[in-house]
Amino acid sequence: MLLICCPYCGPRAEVEFRCGGQAHIARPGPYDAVSDDAWAHYLFYRENPKGRHRELWLHTGGCRRWFNLVRDTATHRIDGVYLLGDPCPEDLL
Amino acid sequence: MTSYRLPAGGRIDRNRPIAFTWAGRRLTGFAGDTLASALLANGISTVGRSFKYHRRRGIMAAGLEEANAIVQLETGAHTLPNLKATQIELYDGLHAAPVNAWPGLELDALALNGAIKRFIPAAFYYKTFMWPGWRWFEPAIRRAAGLGRAPTAPDPDTYAHRFAHCETLVVGAGLSGLAAAIRAAQDGGRVLIVEAEPEPGGASLWSGEDRARDALLAQLRSYPNAVIHTRTTAFGYYDDNLVGLCERLTDHIAPAGRAGPRQRLWKVRAGRVVLATGAFERPLAFAANDLPGIMLASAAHAYLGRFGIAPGRRVVIATNNASVYPLAGALRAAGVEVAAIVDSRGTNEAPDALAGCAPLRAHGRRQISAVTVGTPGGERKQTIACDALLMSGGWSPAVHLHSQAGGTLTYDQASQSFVPRPDAAAPLSVGAAAGSADAVGPIHLFADGDRAADQAWIDFQNDVTVGDLHLAARENFRSVEHVKRYTTLGMASDQGKTSNVPAIQQLAGLLGRTPPQIGTTRFRPPYDPVAIGAFAGTAVGRRLMPAQLTPSHDLATCAGARFEDYGAWRRPSSFALPGESEPDAVAREVLAVRHHVGLFDASPLGKIEVAGPDAAEFLDRIYVNRMATLKPGRLRYGLMLTENGVIFDDGVCARLDDHRFIVGTTSGHARAVTQMLEEWLQGEWPDLRVVTENVTTCWSVMNIAGPSARALLAAVGTDIDLSSEAFPHMAIRCGMVGGMTGRVQRVSFTGELSYEIAVPWHSGAALWSALLEAGKAFGIAPFGVEALMTMRIEKGFLHVGSETDGTTLPQDVGFAAAVAAKPGDFVGRRSTMRPDALRPRRRQLVGLEVEGAVPSLPVGAHVVDHGSRGRSAGWVTSSAWSPTLGRSIALAMIEAGTERIGEVVTLWDLGPRRSARICDPRFYDPRGERLDG
Repeated sequence: MLLICCPYCGPRAEVEFRCGGQAHIARPGPYDAVSDDAWAHYLFYRENPKGRHRELWLHTGGCRRWFNLVRDTATHRIDGVYLLGDPCPEDLL
Repeated sequence: MTSYRLPAGGRIDRNRPIAFTWAGRRLTGFAGDTLASALLANGISTVGRSFKYHRRRGIMAAGLEEANAIVQLETGAHTLPNLKATQIELYDGLHAAPVNAWPGLELDALALNGAIKRFIPAAFYYKTFMWPGWRWFEPAIRRAAGLGRAPTAPDPDTYAHRFAHCETLVVGAGLSGLAAAIRAAQDGGRVLIVEAEPEPGGASLWSGEDRARDALLAQLRSYPNAVIHTRTTAFGYYDDNLVGLCERLTDHIAPAGRAGPRQRLWKVRAGRVVLATGAFERPLAFAANDLPGIMLASAAHAYLGRFGIAPGRRVVIATNNASVYPLAGALRAAGVEVAAIVDSRGTNEAPDALAGCAPLRAHGRRQISAVTVGTPGGERKQTIACDALLMSGGWSPAVHLHSQAGGTLTYDQASQSFVPRPDAAAPLSVGAAAGSADAVGPIHLFADGDRAADQAWIDFQNDVTVGDLHLAARENFRSVEHVKRYTTLGMASDQGKTSNVPAIQQLAGLLGRTPPQIGTTRFRPPYDPVAIGAFAGTAVGRRLMPAQLTPSHDLATCAGARFEDYGAWRRPSSFALPGESEPDAVAREVLAVRHHVGLFDASPLGKIEVAGPDAAEFLDRIYVNRMATLKPGRLRYGLMLTENGVIFDDGVCARLDDHRFIVGTTSGHARAVTQMLEEWLQGEWPDLRVVTENVTTCWSVMNIAGPSARALLAAVGTDIDLSSEAFPHMAIRCGMVGGMTGRVQRVSFTGELSYEIAVPWHSGAALWSALLEAGKAFGIAPFGVEALMTMRIEKGFLHVGSETDGTTLPQDVGFAAAVAAKPGDFVGRRSTMRPDALRPRRRQLVGLEVEGAVPSLPVGAHVVDHGSRGRSAGWVTSSAWSPTLGRSIALAMIEAGTERIGEVVTLWDLGPRRSARICDPRFYDPRGERLDG
């Protein structure tokens, strides 16, 4: 069980959180100008890296805030967290 | 039977004899004994029959690595299968029996399997029982193999869970662990030391290092920040230094005297972890090495030093290392004859050792009576009479937790063992767990074709021999993971603690590779078996998934309600009168609503407050339907989609004022919808000035429905103008109801005039009582979920989750016009325009009617079109007997259904076929003329 450092609440056990998958997915628009292909990519296509992965987490059992987290998918090591809407810090890219 | 208890020595309390029963025999041990030590003291050499061949097996170890002494503890509800006798502390009246022996230990019918061993080698069942099918043979084979019996009665014990945090967790309270704990305690942080045995000390409990242990314990106890928990096994190492512990609280007490939880499962998050888990001694492989009387040398030392037990009268010690020599001295001091020390190393550690020799074959029927030893080539061979053989093939550090933590291993050539590779990211291993520098001598490696290999056991619990490894190698299994699964090596409940490294050594010798080239199998939790009950903790029975109760629950119970669980909510399904069947009750409740008035506790309906200057804009982007144009005081029905276009939820949205809405959701979906709203707000539109809060359980909601609903609301007393001009359908008004502050919505899921009266949750029961009392004059009937569902099917109203599934789009259920009329984007809109969403012949919501007083159509029945070779063109989604219409009605999702109204279709349900006519789903009052009462 991971120890996740919520940027609002501090370190908490993984059971308090929900993972929302890959972060930094831009929603294409306007809706009536998006191609089927672009929409399918937005909905369904995800990275599956072995190594660093930028993902969304929600502190469901705490502040109910979403945030970004960088995790190594091979080792589960968490390299850092940053706020939603912020760009990924350069040292976490 | 003679006693092997020595007149003195050990840590047992000889003033406290303890009576126990083994395999139906009454025996006696002492306080401080384990079941294993008490059996040895009583001269019981055979304690079990082996898993596959039903060979006699004796106690082989003194700790949790024991592979043979697997027992069934206690009987009835308290029975526990497959415990190791070495881990059971003796208590008065203890009752234990061997597993896998029938009719008994001494005469086992299936011992015949041993005689035909060469015909049932590893994986024989994969090859032999192919025809006519494995399932014909499986039951008999499972009966013949297998170990103990699972209890059939519910577990009478309770279990607890605890979270804990500490700066340092030390696993193992041997001398190394105690020393590490002292060093950690000096830094001032919280130190938790866990020890699986009943008392700290590890090997010092039998090795004679009492003074060193007592000094360390005294020093450790001077630190208030250090705590030792005994009888506590660290069974798993998880991410970020989370360690799972199982603490056995009352297992050492007779069941009748136990109080409180039997075991406690700990989840400890440690700043750092020190592993002082010790090492396991390896057995030696030679012919008939599984005879009772053959045990690990360290186990013999433990039984001698800790329990005052002689392993035999005349023993032979066989070793490839120096660790056994203190044992030889201790045995002689206790008066036990050491007939020979066989040491595979060329140089003599003691003048009387047989240098360069190893055991080749053990002899004996019921237990060992002699052993033939010699040089590997057989040049010097001799047979020595003995009643016990104590063996040591070197030591393997207990690297399990280190590996689970992600630590890697390195092969140490001198000690012939896998040792933890020091790594800043891995926990620190200390003492024997870090590996020993002592060099070990050669072990006997069997050549391919050596028949003795078939009698040389490697995995004692799963009955795997060196010959089985040879067979796997001959059949070209090369990966150690494949060999493991083919032979079942290391897959027993001991997880190969004594067998993995010897097997890797044998395999390496056979394949001409080195042990590190072979590698180890993966180490996974649990390190030692943990009762399922410990994992469940208190989440059993009613606490597994606590039911949410409505405010009127107690009153409904008194009124004779029958309850069912709808999602997390426990709600009345009907209010059957005494002697009334459920269908009759549902029919009576429906007719009461249609003709008079009914009362329904709708409190589980989701209520989410959405407020802020941008609330209207936000909800416009969420709902399929237009919400920005909704006027204060009015309601509008709305659909919510996922971004994939699929219907996610539906409900009524109320606008209280310009900046404040109440989003109504289906019962049980309030939390998910709240999370969805927040996900969009935080993730996509953080610029919108909106807040949300799930207030579902702040408001209880009582729904009164029926032509007399307005009169009833007036009778119960309200300051709200109820005239249909002042309070039309789909409006919300705030005011007093029956003396309580409330909000009243005119909204109908039944098709009748209907009010949903919301009052603070704690006032819900009072409102229920007031409505029921005032309603007597109007012929009121409380109704349950089944009647409500019947009425909404009569109205053809959609029920998300019944009519809809993970493919249903709004246009499939009659909302194409709403989508078309909506200006701008909303969640999921683009997905409703994909080619698959626009294709013809999608399934559409329709009604199905059947003529005559026939049973309802089964939900799930498929529409099978003629000439389509049985392909399903849709299915029944909801079905009911309509008391209002006096016939069976159903809702269905059928391909191109709206174009096919009037068509008679065939329905198929697991064989039987029925006919039904596709119709408009609005069976009752299609123009909504009854909504005003």
